[in-house]
Amino acid sequence: MFLEIQRVTKNFGDVSVLKDINLALKKGTILGLVGENGAGKSTLMNILGGIHQPSSGKIIFEDKSFTPTSPSDSLRAGISLVHQELNLFYNLSINENLHITGFPHKKVGGLSILDQKTARIKTERLLSAVGLDIDPTAIVGDLSSAQKQLVEIAKALSTSPRLIIFDEPKTSLTKYEADNLFRLIQELKSQQTTIIYISHNLDDVIQLGDQISVLRDGVLVNTYNREDKIGTSQLINDMIGRELNHFYPIRNTKPEEETIFQTNGIYAKGLLNDITFELKKKEVLGLYGLVGAGRSEMVRALYGLDALDGGSISWKNEEVLHPTPANWVRKKVALLTEDRGEDGLLPDDTMEKNIALASLPTYSKNPGSIVNWRELKKNILKTVQATKIKYHSLTDQSVKLLSGGNQQKVILSKWLLTEPELLIIDEPTRGIDIGAKYDIYDLINKLVENGMSVLMVSSEIEELIGMCDRILVMKQGTISNEFKKQDFNRSAILEAALHTSE
Amino acid sequence: MKNIHQYITIIMLLVITAAFSLITPQFFSFQNFTNILIQGSSLAIVATGMTFVIITRGIDLSVGSTMFLAGVISGKMVVADTNLWLACLLILLIGILFGYINASLIYRFKVVPFIVTLATFYMGRGLGLFISETRAVNLPDVFLSIGTSRILGIPFPIAILFFVVLIAHLVLTQTAYGTRVYAVGNSVEKARKAGLPIRQVVLSAYIICGFLAALGGFVAIAQLGAISPSFGMNSELMAISAVVLGGTSLYGGQGNVFPGTLVGALTIQTLQNGLVMINANPYVYPIVTGLVIFTIVLMDSLKHRKNTRSLQTFP
Repeated sequence: MFLEIQRVTKNFGDVSVLKDINLALKKGTILGLVGENGAGKSTLMNILGGIHQPSSGKIIFEDKSFTPTSPSDSLRAGISLVHQELNLFYNLSINENLHITGFPHKKVGGLSILDQKTARIKTERLLSAVGLDIDPTAIVGDLSSAQKQLVEIAKALSTSPRLIIFDEPKTSLTKYEADNLFRLIQELKSQQTTIIYISHNLDDVIQLGDQISVLRDGVLVNTYNREDKIGTSQLINDMIGRELNHFYPIRNTKPEEETIFQTNGIYAKGLLNDITFELKKKEVLGLYGLVGAGRSEMVRALYGLDALDGGSISWKNEEVLHPTPANWVRKKVALLTEDRGEDGLLPDDTMEKNIALASLPTYSKNPGSIVNWRELKKNILKTVQATKIKYHSLTDQSVKLLSGGNQQKVILSKWLLTEPELLIIDEPTRGIDIGAKYDIYDLINKLVENGMSVLMVSSEIEELIGMCDRILVMKQGTISNEFKKQDFNRSAILEAALHTSE
Repeated sequence: MKNIHQYITIIMLLVITAAFSLITPQFFSFQNFTNILIQGSSLAIVATGMTFVIITRGIDLSVGSTMFLAGVISGKMVVADTNLWLACLLILLIGILFGYINASLIYRFKVVPFIVTLATFYMGRGLGLFISETRAVNLPDVFLSIGTSRILGIPFPIAILFFVVLIAHLVLTQTAYGTRVYAVGNSVEKARKAGLPIRQVVLSAYIICGFLAALGGFVAIAQLGAISPSFGMNSELMAISAVVLGGTSLYGGQGNVFPGTLVGALTIQTLQNGLVMINANPYVYPIVTGLVIFTIVLMDSLKHRKNTRSLQTFP
């Protein structure tokens, strides 16, 4: 065997993202790897690429035990990665990017300097291999998305690797360029290069893969061979897996007729296109899409964290001319971003301080006057009890010592204290254990029953089906489908978000 | 169009030169231009080192203190009859040591460069004042004779400056190391994923900066013949100004020593020289320098905003 992955497990903190993965690959074959967002595909790739190290298990590469501790180890061993988030230096030229890890040198008067000519010839050869006809000295930042993607592929080829891992390599490519890429992949295969091809495009995976593996929640659920003549529907079933159980608490209210939030033709250059939707009072609206579909970008833009280039937003039938976070807070609209560490928490501060933060204006007459801490503390305690946070001190324990689930509850408490009318919540339960998840769902339901509306962004279809009244599906920066509660169907939603041409 | 910024600074230098030449005829002479180069050499050398650090998206506030402390220690030793060349070597070693300390704290303990070098800025100055007992250190004449000597007919400070700029330019543009400095400045995360030796890049950038700060200090001392307690004060800000004027972005990953930083440093020196020549009120100098820097930095910021925007495209 060329590559053997034996019982590999990877944990991040308490969360295990890969569980007991076993995989074997022959030299000169193509493995297609599929799975939902967060199924562990990228983690597996990053382990082979030396970016992460497995928590346990073993990798045998070319009959030797393989334990890379850094990306350069993997490169040296003959493994190249084509990252979905292009790993290119936008300030450097194509030539420099392609040779950043190993420039050819020549001696000039005893000094070793770059051999620009040799480098350039090699760059031109690599660029023509990926079908890119462009000046090697062009700065990467000035290229189009498709050109960048092709440069990323050329870079992976530059070290003459024996294993190449492609992660969604053709998202920005035109049909012609993609056909070219597939020809290149077949050519590499005929030269005995082994390839792992990760994609949401199931047709591509079926077309290319000699072997197809499906990951679900960090577990390798199935591996098929070409002879199995597998279809996309079987793969989708494997990706989704188990039946939806009665894990989600029931909400006793229905959305009302009154529309409280509405967007019309929201547009942000290169990111969002013509986003139009409305949200009713007491409604939980779900937003699904694959990584890169523009979900988080959309809520960030709506909330004024990123710029919008056009379109209008209205709140309670009144146009919001300046959607800035400060204005939204004043209108009682709260946003919980997906990145707890970056945007949501002050990790070194106490729970009390963290929770009080967004409500300070409510508890003081004006920015200069003294905060009514007595009242505030009383309400913080109430909120904390409602969210069932497990802690030992409100005023003594810094929040970074809490578990992921409890941290999320702290953020939730912070916004609940402001008594929002609309809660926009991005990935409410990412990396959180089952028990805490249930508490959060339960809490959201109670708040909705009390009159709040929710816009919930998630990459877990189950969560959206369990919690939402309606689900919007985003694809390439625009809303591509809408599902009403009676039409909820995991396969249909996933299919709407995937790039399949069926 | 990526170099438009440099043209702006070059044009500004020409405009300033032309303006002073019109106001006062003595300004436009070979002798005066040589003077500007000699007076500006120390700043330009220090700024060259600073360029490396700023390209990696860092900053070094301690260069002025490095200049001072290195000068004081070796000056004291020369006064105490230590070998002159040993003292010169020591100056450079102290510079390297400063750079090493800065880089280690920044890399190992992940403290932001601003804070680390702010601390070494105070410590260096304090230590220097302690050793010199806040009195000026008067140096033997040999120092001055180095400062006024000529190498191949070129005044010593200018020769050193040209040599430093030439080597730095070659390192940044003609070596794999140089390319990596730009890569790390663009994104440490990407550099890590690409398997680049980040530690080596960060460490060397600060060491180069410390070394050149000490060398720049030496060039200045050799012209002055004495080290006053205020020697090197504000040098860090002047150096940063020169780098930024030269088109190197404080956001990292962009810029160069030649022509960039060299032109930036000469612009500052020309302004000072010209203002002296036209007998301007000395209080006006910082105001004018400030205005020039503000204009250039504003352009950098606008350019950066445009760039980040165009980078956000669909995967």
